[in-house]
Amino acid sequence: MAEVQYSWPENHKTRLLGKRVNRLDGMVKSAGTAKYTYDINLPNQLIVHALGCPHAHCRVLSVDTSAAEKVPGVVLVKHIKAPKAGEDPVEIEADGTLLVAVAAESEAAAAEGVAKLKVEYELLEPFTADDDLEAAEAKDRTRPRGGGISLDEALGEPGDDEDIEEWEEKQIEKLFADADYVVEGDYGIDAITHCCLEPHGTTLHWEGDRLKAHLSTQNVSGTDDGFAGALNLTADDVDVHCDYIGGGFGSKFQPNYWGIAAAEIAKATGRPVKFMLNREQELKVAGNRPSGFVHVKLGADESGVVQIWDSHHWGTSGFNGSTVSVNSVPYVFVPKNYRRKATGIATNNEPSVAWRAPNHPQACALTQTAYDDLAAKMQADSLDIFLRNLENIDSPEKAPLYAEQLRIAADLINWQRHWHPHGKSPRKGSVVEGLGIAIHTWGGAANDSDCRLRIHPDGGVESYCGTQDLGTGTRTVCAMVLAETLGLPVEAVKVNIGSSTFPFSGASGGSTTVGAVSESHRRAAQDALAQIFELVAKKLEVPADQLEAAGGKISVVGYSDKELTWKQACSLIGIKPLEVNSSYKRQQQGRTTNLSSSNVGGCQMAHVAVDTDTGLVKIKRMVAVQNVGLIINRKTAESQVYGALIMSIAGALFEHRINDPKTGVFVNSQMDSYRLPRLGDIGELIVHLHEPESERARGVIGLGEPPVISGCAAISNAVCNATGVRVPTLPFTPKRVLDAMRTAKG
Amino acid sequence: MKRFHYAQPRSEQEAVSLLATPGKETVALAGGTDLVGLLKRMVVTPDLVVNVGEIRTLQDIDHDAEGNLWIGAAVHLDEFLRDRRSDPYASAKQVIQGISSIQLQAQGTLIGELLRRPNCWYFRDGHGLLAKQGTMVIEGANRYHAILGNRGPAKFVNASRLAPALISLGARLRVIGPEPDQETFLDLADLYRTPTSEGENENVLAPGQLVSHLILPPHGNRISAAYEVRHGEGPDPPLASAAVSLDVRLGRVQEARIVLGQVAPVPWVAAEAAAHFVGKTITEESAEQTGVESVAGAIALSENDYKIQLAQVAVKRAILRAAGLETGGLDGPMPQRPVERQTEPTPLV
Repeated sequence: MAEVQYSWPENHKTRLLGKRVNRLDGMVKSAGTAKYTYDINLPNQLIVHALGCPHAHCRVLSVDTSAAEKVPGVVLVKHIKAPKAGEDPVEIEADGTLLVAVAAESEAAAAEGVAKLKVEYELLEPFTADDDLEAAEAKDRTRPRGGGISLDEALGEPGDDEDIEEWEEKQIEKLFADADYVVEGDYGIDAITHCCLEPHGTTLHWEGDRLKAHLSTQNVSGTDDGFAGALNLTADDVDVHCDYIGGGFGSKFQPNYWGIAAAEIAKATGRPVKFMLNREQELKVAGNRPSGFVHVKLGADESGVVQIWDSHHWGTSGFNGSTVSVNSVPYVFVPKNYRRKATGIATNNEPSVAWRAPNHPQACALTQTAYDDLAAKMQADSLDIFLRNLENIDSPEKAPLYAEQLRIAADLINWQRHWHPHGKSPRKGSVVEGLGIAIHTWGGAANDSDCRLRIHPDGGVESYCGTQDLGTGTRTVCAMVLAETLGLPVEAVKVNIGSSTFPFSGASGGSTTVGAVSESHRRAAQDALAQIFELVAKKLEVPADQLEAAGGKISVVGYSDKELTWKQACSLIGIKPLEVNSSYKRQQQGRTTNLSSSNVGGCQMAHVAVDTDTGLVKIKRMVAVQNVGLIINRKTAESQVYGALIMSIAGALFEHRINDPKTGVFVNSQMDSYRLPRLGDIGELIVHLHEPESERARGVIGLGEPPVISGCAAISNAVCNATGVRVPTLPFTPKRVLDAMRTAKG
Repeated sequence: MKRFHYAQPRSEQEAVSLLATPGKETVALAGGTDLVGLLKRMVVTPDLVVNVGEIRTLQDIDHDAEGNLWIGAAVHLDEFLRDRRSDPYASAKQVIQGISSIQLQAQGTLIGELLRRPNCWYFRDGHGLLAKQGTMVIEGANRYHAILGNRGPAKFVNASRLAPALISLGARLRVIGPEPDQETFLDLADLYRTPTSEGENENVLAPGQLVSHLILPPHGNRISAAYEVRHGEGPDPPLASAAVSLDVRLGRVQEARIVLGQVAPVPWVAAEAAAHFVGKTITEESAEQTGVESVAGAIALSENDYKIQLAQVAVKRAILRAAGLETGGLDGPMPQRPVERQTEPTPLV
């Protein structure tokens, strides 16, 4: 049999790829019959609640569990982060940290048990002022996080007797002196939380020495290791299961310490255990995105091309004291000369975890706001300034792509009609309007993925893959790829995912899943089909390479009478099903194959209205233009971008973590105080998937992160264009908009 | 949530006797849109929860002989909104429309809304209404806290969105209990108080008392409107709000009532500004001036200076809206959402 050449059909030959297909699980999700981890209840299970530390910074001296143990229904009290009797006090560096767990027969008994815990704390001074570099320095909370200088070779090199640093400093000074325009500004973006609708947690039980866990996870194939490592097992002793997940966004890769505690409680009590975080704990400890604040000075030539960038940014990733990666600022735009520096601030917050497109949204908001302020200073058209600066970007080959995308987006937002220089909006009462742009980049290469495909002699098709559907439509993508390849309708294939007992597939992080499952499922389907073609070729007495699978038939190309139905063809398999195991390994096959690749770009534009009397910002329209390689399911691909735009609007106008300036406590850690946008707040969203043939030919590329990157910067720029005032820190609450306008008035 | 007993009385008398159970902490449940969250977070930990939703006499909207409109404690927000008899009370309807959550409108009751506990995050985090005699708020995150009536230890803002409108409309309350057959009437404005010591509530109800009815006086020829400055279209509390009820004749204000919301521990009656408005014609300038006067004496905390401006704007826009003028801002004229009506069947010809 000839070696199978993996590839995608040409655009005009596809039946399913690139079309709009409804999610296979849309109905069960809408009807509420889909079982999320939170919905799983096992017979005889215990409910676990935990006490979260009420202080941002303290030492836990002791815990008296006696009253909690006496609450009717309480079965076990377990120390998590709190010291056991006789142990040394434990320093706690973030409020919400889970100290003690109470396992009980009911929710009420567990809650009452938690309320009866008596904990002795020694309060320590908290620090949460992540935007205040001076205060952080004064409190020894700063941590150097790198930096460096890159100067254009044309500037030459220091002489042998010159001090390098002095020479570089002189060059930078000269570049600013020579600049036609110099912009200096402060920009920032607050920390936000993942705020998963389904909190983190697990329902699990032991079968002898085997742990079976229903886990809300975006890493089905990988979290068995996490449990095993912590519980002194091997991964083959752990089964992780997750059919549906209510949000992860990068925060659900691990079993986490509460998952381990649940397994230990189940072991100790011999009973199944359900341990889901409550809302407050979900916001406080289960995931947040680092904040970033920057002071920038940039110099541009007379045409508005930035020639020198000089920035220092800081912020916090929690008590581990990191911030937005130094290498990501400046973002996309890389002037010929730049100096950058990053400082992390250790605050009393839970450490950050990956949040959709780690570093990028913040880096974009710290960089492209300054570029837009250059347009403001020049009273130039922001679109022109962005276009001109495409001559210095991190992937120069993408400049024509960005230029094309900017042109498309400008058309869709009606840029020419609505544009005015910054601060020159026509006023309607107290309302002004403005436009803003930002551009972004992302990798999105496929992750490793294995697929086991079984084709039964009766024509049944089933696949097994240890991937997961984050809600993005992965289940449907798997089915579409198989059905397209085998020439069957989507409903004819049974896709099985969501179990660590299935062949390995990588975690859903970094926009790697659609590429991963497309690789493994296309390979498996092509491998299986090649075997079926061999059987059919013999039967029809034609060469196998003359066959094609389409419309539920295997037929000879060009001969309409020479064909077998799919069922007839499968009957040739014999008694046992045909099974293939196909895999894609990034290390072996490389990041670029015939089926998938990486590196996309996109741009977003915002059209906003601002009420200058109240500081309220309203989104009128947002446009997202995104390239994504080959699109599998157009419907869910667009849906990804819509969701990302809404998330960007949330981060730009509503959500942020608010720490009490005195106690450090995260005060808005409930859904009634952690503000999010509603339907009426999102305006008109226009999504344009940019798919020229040259991009489609690159194969599948991930789409999860890229569209969530540039929305915040675009909205910031639009507000500045409307009001003529730069509101420094996102999100733009009415207070911040009014405060900025007041400051600007002086 | 702490375990509690639950009772579902069928009569007012039964409810009062349950609520006044000696030695028990009791609480009345109507829609539960606020109470259930407080129970779950154990901010409220009653021994007995008394559901008043099934009491027949509390389920109606009725006119009495004097033309007062009586609204029972079990009447939901959307029932009032749909009822034609609510039409004259424009400001109240506007506020309910602004509670833009179908769930809250369908499940929440008017009287429950009036008795919503403060949204102050220190209160909801278990620090009590005064949160260390106000110091937690003064030193803390106070962007949503009071700018008026905040000189004492109480810094929270009254949570009711409807109260400013209903106070400006002259609403009264019928309160029953704690003694059997005890019945008291009071002005809605007098329901609220600013607590000065921990343990005092934000209203004057005694343990065992139940607000059974809201009573709206005949509306006459007054005009009314409300304006809420809302950060987003969700059910989140507004940042500042105002309601006005005006008697305007021959182009001049004869009498005015102006009440601000979300600015003080009680709905804030701007009596002086209202008195000053009398005799004026309604213009953008006079409305703006009245807005400024309405927040006279406001004292900003460290983070909420912006609320002073928002409160002024809310008053100005409420006045303009009442007069049918453009309010400006992002929302333009109040969207008159078509209200479902009970229509008579069309006779077949």
